[in-house]
Amino acid sequence: MSLILSGLYARTSRDPSKYAVTGFQLPASAEAGPGTRGFSLAESELGFAASIDPWLRGAANIALHPDDSVSVEEAYVQTTSLGSGLALKAGRFFSAVGYLNSQHAHTWDFVDNPLAYQAMLGTQYGDDGVQLTWLAPTDQFIEIGLELGRGRSFPGGDNSRNGAGMMALAAHAGGDIGDSHSWRAGLSVLNAMADDQELLGLNASGSSVTNAFSGRTRVWIADAIWKWAPNGNATRTSFKLQGEYLRSSRTGSLVYDVGNTDRAGAYRAEQSGWYVQGIYQFMPLWRVGLRAERLDAGSPDYGLNAGLLAASNYSPRKSSLMVDFNPSEFSRVRLQIARDNARQGGPDSQLFLQYQMSLGAHGAHSY
Amino acid sequence: MINRNKFHLMLSAPLVLLLALPAHAALRVFACEPEWGSLAQELGGKLVEVSVATSALQDPHQIQAKPSLIARARNADLVVCTGAELEIGWLPVLLQQSGNAKIQPGQPGNFAAADVVRKLDVPMQLDRSQGDVHAAGNPHVQTDPRNIAQVAVALGVRLQQVDPTHAAEYAKAQADFAQRWQQAMNQWTTQAAPLRGASVVSQHKAFVYLYDWLGLKEVAVLEPKPGVEPSASHLQSVLSALKATPACMVLYGAYQDSRPSDWLSKNAGIAAVKLPFTVGGTDGAKDLFGLFDDTVARLLAAGVKQ
Repeated sequence: MSLILSGLYARTSRDPSKYAVTGFQLPASAEAGPGTRGFSLAESELGFAASIDPWLRGAANIALHPDDSVSVEEAYVQTTSLGSGLALKAGRFFSAVGYLNSQHAHTWDFVDNPLAYQAMLGTQYGDDGVQLTWLAPTDQFIEIGLELGRGRSFPGGDNSRNGAGMMALAAHAGGDIGDSHSWRAGLSVLNAMADDQELLGLNASGSSVTNAFSGRTRVWIADAIWKWAPNGNATRTSFKLQGEYLRSSRTGSLVYDVGNTDRAGAYRAEQSGWYVQGIYQFMPLWRVGLRAERLDAGSPDYGLNAGLLAASNYSPRKSSLMVDFNPSEFSRVRLQIARDNARQGGPDSQLFLQYQMSLGAHGAHSY
Repeated sequence: MINRNKFHLMLSAPLVLLLALPAHAALRVFACEPEWGSLAQELGGKLVEVSVATSALQDPHQIQAKPSLIARARNADLVVCTGAELEIGWLPVLLQQSGNAKIQPGQPGNFAAADVVRKLDVPMQLDRSQGDVHAAGNPHVQTDPRNIAQVAVALGVRLQQVDPTHAAEYAKAQADFAQRWQQAMNQWTTQAAPLRGASVVSQHKAFVYLYDWLGLKEVAVLEPKPGVEPSASHLQSVLSALKATPACMVLYGAYQDSRPSDWLSKNAGIAAVKLPFTVGGTDGAKDLFGLFDDTVARLLAAGVKQ
């Protein structure tokens, strides 16, 4: 059992309550942007993990949000004894697509997830379903995972259907190059269905409208990470470079201005984005990191609704710089500054000061 | 060249999967640390194929569950680790992601060396304000050859259990090793006799078992708390404490940054001694016998200067 305690101070030059990623329609509930200004309790997390019996283990992560609400982030059972490199997971879990998607917030190297994740995967894609992974019997690391789920969150639409509302396939390979370098790279695809998914968008005159999307979303993710530490000993210095490219295509229909105009039309959008980040531990306990990112909103085809919605050639982008100090394995204090051009109309200068502490069981982190 | 080979390996891997893999003759042993890899090699000889997860230049507390290790754990028949929570930050992830039923905790394919020896430094109170302390006690059991002897007996039995067709050969190798080890231990103990009662400083609490064996007295530790980097102020306080209780040397492991020990060596005028800590830590520590040959030689060399 473990508890992650985290708190945040945020200072932004533009109003975070009006945050948007220009060109990307997101549900009102999407956790995009820097959250609230000033002091806040960042996500605190209660984690349980233990063996259930000799064949199964279980884990749950309960997130305590700053607004006093509680949510079940993950709650799953997993086999440990299938053998042949197979493992089956059932319950609620973060999808294994990409690199960052399955990582818990307290292991992120920046305060926030990249814009591409915020705009195309609803910050982090979690679902209720089953996952089967298979590890190849080779010296080279090759892992393939298949997931079926209900499509509970964006880009899925939590629809009521007997079949799967989400299907994902992830393939990763990795290994070492000498004693000092290791790497992992992969390609994943996630398919999610949505029925009447309410999205916030802008109409041609620039006012906010609620639209409803029904259809299919397919997100391709290419991810790669490379880590370096002299002789594999990361105690003093280490470096890690990671990058991901996401490409989302949404096909279906869009009802424009729900409750008012209610005009249905075909909808097709091809959007993409990437981030690249480097984290350098220049001396024991201290790390510095830089992240660059950019999105391409594409030119969505609105069918009959063409001309009603705002069109823009704007490319959202953002640069972040962070420094963190880790007095022990269990505590971290981080300062992050960012110049966020996700919204058209001028940059948002952001400053974050964050602490993250872990209590209880010593966590084991994945690569 | 390595890149090119890796690249070819990546391309050919799916093909390899399609072809049925030939049955592996040797028992595949995955050792978390080099000392257990060496021991498994001593006891298994040609019957085992040993793969060691970490090197003597790495801090065994801080290893990442990297892809190459997951792939090797997936194919292992037996995992030989220290236990006592030394690998708590990475081994559980390896085991989970390996999809290998044989090596899960509680299975015969999961062997923890610290389970079969008497542990020192078992905390009375378990609180992180004391640093990264392990509930089960100090995990660095390999620095006492008497522990190696005990682990060898248990590991020999375990090899017979997981590979019963070769049980007689493992038993013979174990008996042979036990005899050679006993002889070597007698020699080391005799050689190291002049060190008995000597006061030493350690950089990390990595050598309590070594001290217990040779009768050395640890008068100070450079890390203020286990796993916490030595700070300038703490080093100063160790330096002034040494005026009242002098020590003849400061010891650090090969994987550690030598600077805190070097600083103390310079300012207190005592020898800084790098110990191999595990197999491969120094040029002399080529195998388990070399590990203790070299450890004792280095301690004696520093003690003689005194």
